[in-house]
Amino acid sequence: MTVDAILFFIVAAGAVASAVLMITGQNPVKSVLFLIVNFFCLAVLYLILHAQFIAIIQILVYAGAIMVLFLFVIMLLNLGTEEKHVDALNMKRSVAVILSCIVLFLILIAIGLPAAGTGGLPASALVNGTVETIGRDLFRQYLLPFEITSLLLLGAMVGVIVLAKKHFE
Amino acid sequence: MDLLTPHLLSIGPLLTLVAVALLVLLLESIITKSEPVSFWTSVAGLLVSIGIAVPGIAVHGSAFGGMLRTGGSANYFSIIFFICALLTIVFSRDYLKKRDSVFGEFYLLILFATVGMVLMAAAADLIIVFLGIELMSICLYVLAGFIRGSVLSNESSLKYFLLGAFATGFLLYGIALLYGSTGSTSITFLTEHFETYASSRLFLAGIGLLIVGLAFKIGAVPFHMWVPDVYQGAPTPVSGFMATGAKAAAFSIIIGLFAQRFVHGVQIGTLLAILAAASMILGNVVAIAQTNVKRMLAYSSIAHAGYMLTGLAAGNAYGRDGILFYLLAYAFMNLGAFGLISFMEQEGEKHLTFDDYAGLGTTKPFLAVLMSVFMFSLAGIPPFAGFFGKYYIFVGAVQADMTWLAIVGVLMSVVSVFYYLRLVMVMYFQDTLIGQTASYSASSAAFVVLAALILLGLGVFPSSLLAIITTLY
Repeated sequence: MTVDAILFFIVAAGAVASAVLMITGQNPVKSVLFLIVNFFCLAVLYLILHAQFIAIIQILVYAGAIMVLFLFVIMLLNLGTEEKHVDALNMKRSVAVILSCIVLFLILIAIGLPAAGTGGLPASALVNGTVETIGRDLFRQYLLPFEITSLLLLGAMVGVIVLAKKHFE
Repeated sequence: MDLLTPHLLSIGPLLTLVAVALLVLLLESIITKSEPVSFWTSVAGLLVSIGIAVPGIAVHGSAFGGMLRTGGSANYFSIIFFICALLTIVFSRDYLKKRDSVFGEFYLLILFATVGMVLMAAAADLIIVFLGIELMSICLYVLAGFIRGSVLSNESSLKYFLLGAFATGFLLYGIALLYGSTGSTSITFLTEHFETYASSRLFLAGIGLLIVGLAFKIGAVPFHMWVPDVYQGAPTPVSGFMATGAKAAAFSIIIGLFAQRFVHGVQIGTLLAILAAASMILGNVVAIAQTNVKRMLAYSSIAHAGYMLTGLAAGNAYGRDGILFYLLAYAFMNLGAFGLISFMEQEGEKHLTFDDYAGLGTTKPFLAVLMSVFMFSLAGIPPFAGFFGKYYIFVGAVQADMTWLAIVGVLMSVVSVFYYLRLVMVMYFQDTLIGQTASYSASSAAFVVLAALILLGLGVFPSSLLAIITTLY
């Protein structure tokens, strides 16, 4: 087993564990903190795949900016420990768990458990993750999607202002 | 000439629309009392966009390194979206006045959503598909909640947003698996090499998740739960826009994936057939029990998603051309019907039940006649265009040895006659209620009449449109 593989299993276990703790936690602030742990684990996974750029963006944008927003909203809403609505949710929750397990099972079959993990990274992956290659692709082959993203953000901005503005003239 | 110019020229309709949207955005921020200016700019811009898109239908090409398809079906769909946006904007002006929410931002969001739809129809790459869907959906989430003081409108917006975000997750996961199994996000590559990868379970799982995400957008059973509540709560013209434009946009992607080369094979054909049958049965049967006309039309739109999926499951040119014909006809009849409902609706979401239409035939014969035209067309009764759409689709299913599906479709069309004609019956054979009012401007009335006339024209001369449709792919 290589160092990469050992590191992968440690980090992957961390990612799964923090994700489970996030959705089972009763306190929203704790959930958010577990989500940050999860994001960091994912960033390490990206690094193992030689995707340095994505890894840094993952930390800067998700663990940094978006998580701060989450914490702000939670504190503004002043949520206490969540009241337990176990009676109403119990039935739905067990159905949801069963369905999720079925979906997980089907996807694992589809991916083909024994086949996964063999092979290793293709040679192109070693250079694909650098800022240079991503930048080159972004402004050549993916120029149009890149520009459309700006429209998407503009549309979203207008939408948010329409919904949130206190008084329309 | 530099490298970019030919690409930009070939996406003329899209660029025009984006320019109009940005112009409206500027006008909104510069001018005080900007609503009338924004309204007329949007209307004029959409008319110009239609004018630019029409000649491009005859051309076939691609732009931006295989990111977009240009001309042909992309332009045909663009015209459908422009018509939907135009009718929605015209009808919504009267409606928003009634609900005390006349703001120019409404037209802006409609235009942005239309840009998203055009991208979806032109997409030759799954990345563009995703960006187009998101652009359209985000604008629709806001439009559904545009009446900010109304609890129903807020509920509609939030429900659509939460479920829509969930569905986007499926879509993205599907795209990721497809990329993982083939190393490409190009739709052209995927359709050309479909048979090579069809044995890969990873690939099929990706296709399956993609279908889930798209089936949500078209409101096919079992991903239809949101449709009635969202359509009921959203501003009435927006409901019409979602039922026609957004549905046509999602169908344009499904057609691009599965019906360009008819490669989907038995597995996916059966899957689509099951979705189609379930949508037709549930949509039509549950629609019978509705008392609210908006909810009735919501279930009817689920049923119509089923009819159109029937054409896809058939997997032949007949079925595909049937869908293309039906999507255009459906845009006119459904937007017309939602437009008339928005004329009748009164403050506080009132006058939306079947009983409120009692005796309309004597009090407002003009509106009653038009509503009857749209109901007849939705039910698929000749000589209106709805009949021919269904006819081509069912013929396609029979030719593909899916006679059972065609039989389900015909039986369910018969069921649908019951609830469409119930509205007509209520309008003509029941005593008038007091206090019936309708408010609409001359331009709205003109557009409804135009929609009805086009339905009649397409119904009498379907072959003229069909001749164009057969050249699209």
